[in-house]
Amino acid sequence: MTDTVLSLDRISKRFGALIANDAISFDLKQGEIVALLGENGAGKTTLMNILFGHYVADDGSISVFGKSLPPGQPRAAIQAGIGMVHQHFTLADNLTVLDNIMLGTEKPWRLSSRKSEARQRLTKLAQDFGLAIEPDKTVAELSVGERQRVEILKVLYREARILILDEPTAVLTPQESQSLFATLKKLTAQGLSIIFISHKLNEVLSVSDRIFVLRAGRLVAERPTKGTTRKELAELMVGRPIAEPKIEPQPHGDIHVEIRAVTTADGLDHADLTLHGGEILGLAGVSGNGQTALANLLSGLSPPKSGTLHIFGEDAARWTPDLVTRKRIARIPEDRHAEGLVADMSVTENVIAEIYREPRFNKRGFLDWRAAEGFAEEIIKGFDVKCPSPTTRVRLLSGGNMQKLILGRTLSLAPRFILACQPARGLDIGAVSYVHERLIQARKSGASVLLISDDLDEILALADRVAVIYRGRISEPLPRQQVTIQELGLMMAGHGFSEGDAHAA
Amino acid sequence: MDALELLFSASLWAAAIRIASPLIFATLGELISERAGVLNLGIEGIMTVGAFAGWFTVYQGGDLWLGVLVAALAGSAFGLLHAILVVPLGLSQHVTGIGITLFAASLTYYTYRLAFPEVTSPPKIEPFQPWAVPVLSDIPFFGEALFRQTPLTYLAFIAAGLVGWFLYRTPAGLAVRTAGENPAAVEAQGIDVTKVRILAVVAGSALMGIGGAFLTLSAFNSFYFEMVNGRGWIAIALVVFGSWRPGKALLGALLFAAFDAYQLRLQQLAGAFVPYQIFLMLPYALSILALIIMSRRASYPRALMIPYRKGER
Repeated sequence: MTDTVLSLDRISKRFGALIANDAISFDLKQGEIVALLGENGAGKTTLMNILFGHYVADDGSISVFGKSLPPGQPRAAIQAGIGMVHQHFTLADNLTVLDNIMLGTEKPWRLSSRKSEARQRLTKLAQDFGLAIEPDKTVAELSVGERQRVEILKVLYREARILILDEPTAVLTPQESQSLFATLKKLTAQGLSIIFISHKLNEVLSVSDRIFVLRAGRLVAERPTKGTTRKELAELMVGRPIAEPKIEPQPHGDIHVEIRAVTTADGLDHADLTLHGGEILGLAGVSGNGQTALANLLSGLSPPKSGTLHIFGEDAARWTPDLVTRKRIARIPEDRHAEGLVADMSVTENVIAEIYREPRFNKRGFLDWRAAEGFAEEIIKGFDVKCPSPTTRVRLLSGGNMQKLILGRTLSLAPRFILACQPARGLDIGAVSYVHERLIQARKSGASVLLISDDLDEILALADRVAVIYRGRISEPLPRQQVTIQELGLMMAGHGFSEGDAHAA
Repeated sequence: MDALELLFSASLWAAAIRIASPLIFATLGELISERAGVLNLGIEGIMTVGAFAGWFTVYQGGDLWLGVLVAALAGSAFGLLHAILVVPLGLSQHVTGIGITLFAASLTYYTYRLAFPEVTSPPKIEPFQPWAVPVLSDIPFFGEALFRQTPLTYLAFIAAGLVGWFLYRTPAGLAVRTAGENPAAVEAQGIDVTKVRILAVVAGSALMGIGGAFLTLSAFNSFYFEMVNGRGWIAIALVVFGSWRPGKALLGALLFAAFDAYQLRLQQLAGAFVPYQIFLMLPYALSILALIIMSRRASYPRALMIPYRKGER
């Protein structure tokens, strides 16, 4: 159990002025799970890309099973027994599982692939590790959890002895994550070694044997998992003490949003939901269960086919997105790159995108750029957006700063209802706590917040009441004190939702 | 003979298969390229180059098969140019492809004029002759339609089978298909995406070159301006029609060619009453209709026209 299978020696990598990895050294022993913990941009992915040969390190060396690894050759890394399960799956959707697994395993100029032998080997492998899979289905037909299984099988098929998993749970339900962890334990029991990359503290604590913490490109700490705490790790990651969000109980206000038995073309199925002023309602669910449809409904993008929708007491079934904005409903879209911002336009242009028709930005029918820039500057100051000037193109901002810009744009209009879809997705701990603080402030001032998230920790930290969305239906919301992560996980997998009755839960 | 009787004449189907041959080569070429994720709109120009290069080789005294080889090489040279511009450099595949078509066709006409400054009627060569397959060519109807063609036509059908085998039965074909679906997956297996894509475009362009050469070495016996006449563009539509599958694309080419052969004969039959332009339009109108029906269900290569840069997502 104590043989070193992999060691990294003073690996450094720069991208221009940015030092992505600064003399990082660590080692991995046979049969152990090592976690690489760090925020976005801490250098985890860069380091693993160097290990796997996607990048060439500027300095330092790597040795695998005692032999040094030539830099910049994925093929050499594979042959040395390293397998990588990428954060974004590297699968081709239109091809079969078998095709995906066989790719690159045979000499390219063979005249004929040995498909039946490959199928046999795959089936045996799947049985040995308890990773059931149908080789002839196309990847497009598989669930996210199954796709990850294919990725893992792909690596095992290549006889990897060292597995690197890059943020493997980002797309999984809590149950799927648990079964992944069980698989990982099975693999290490058979002598494989695993590097587990994550920024989720709970997972790292539950799955690993040792933890390395990266911050700003440097290795700042090594801790045995048994001798550390969540709090210590969080502070090591961020580099300063973290305050957990505090929510003080307060009475509900009037009903702001009332959805009754609404069905829409894009995925809601007799959904019910009531949202009061001064509360945060957390909506949990595996992505793709109607969250987008609900957001579209509330932003006026898709009207209900049946059922009723009232916002602030008015019939809102036929509201257009423009009217929704004018009614002071703030939207934090799920995908800030696709829907939230126009990357190649300036900060100023982006902040007035929804409201440029308002009189304050118009002078005799022309845009008043001075007023617009003033508004942009207010947001930059008020919401701590780090950018050189209002004329900066949004593309150049970091994810956290983009999100702050979106928050500033909508929250500066003093909204009464905030539709927050995955507001913390992809942000580091510092930015996440900022976003949460702002939502809590809005709640205090009497606004209603619908928090749609697939991060249960986030929901349980912020929400007054919690509901689950499953196949377009929404469960009866329960006070946060009455739910546990386990129950929510089960409901997210469909427990308690029966065919005919949307409110069985 | 009336319009219906025409459909059952062996000579109509023999003509259809002849007309289909250059389309089959070109469509297969485009298909390989698109399967790897690269649209090649240089096809029309590459066919023109192939037509001239093949014919000129034979005119200079080369063997007919040497002409075919030279046409393939000339086509792949322009394919390589396209590939370098759009794969490692990541330029727009549309714009580059149209540029290649204009460049290749103009260069061909220029070379032709340089070689034959004074000629008014195009010089002729001795083209491929029909070769009757023993036994099979004696089958009534089918023998005449299928087995009394020129060797290049037989090669077109063989090529369709080979391309199908290559794409679905060999490891290299799998790499090509994956490169067109998700290049990151290819990269992750330690295979060079750039190399796979360039080779696919070059090989596809060689087939396009042979498609062009069919016109000068088999269908006709000389080279003249504008002789490719939109066949490259039809091939692009046929790839979509065939849902990026060699077998279906082959059927599509035959279908289109059958319409074309049929309208030619209908013209003679009904030319007195209906303007001939209507007949000329027919195959194109029908192919648009077929496209609308077929391509609604087509699953195109996901990474088609998306440049791949290492380390980027």
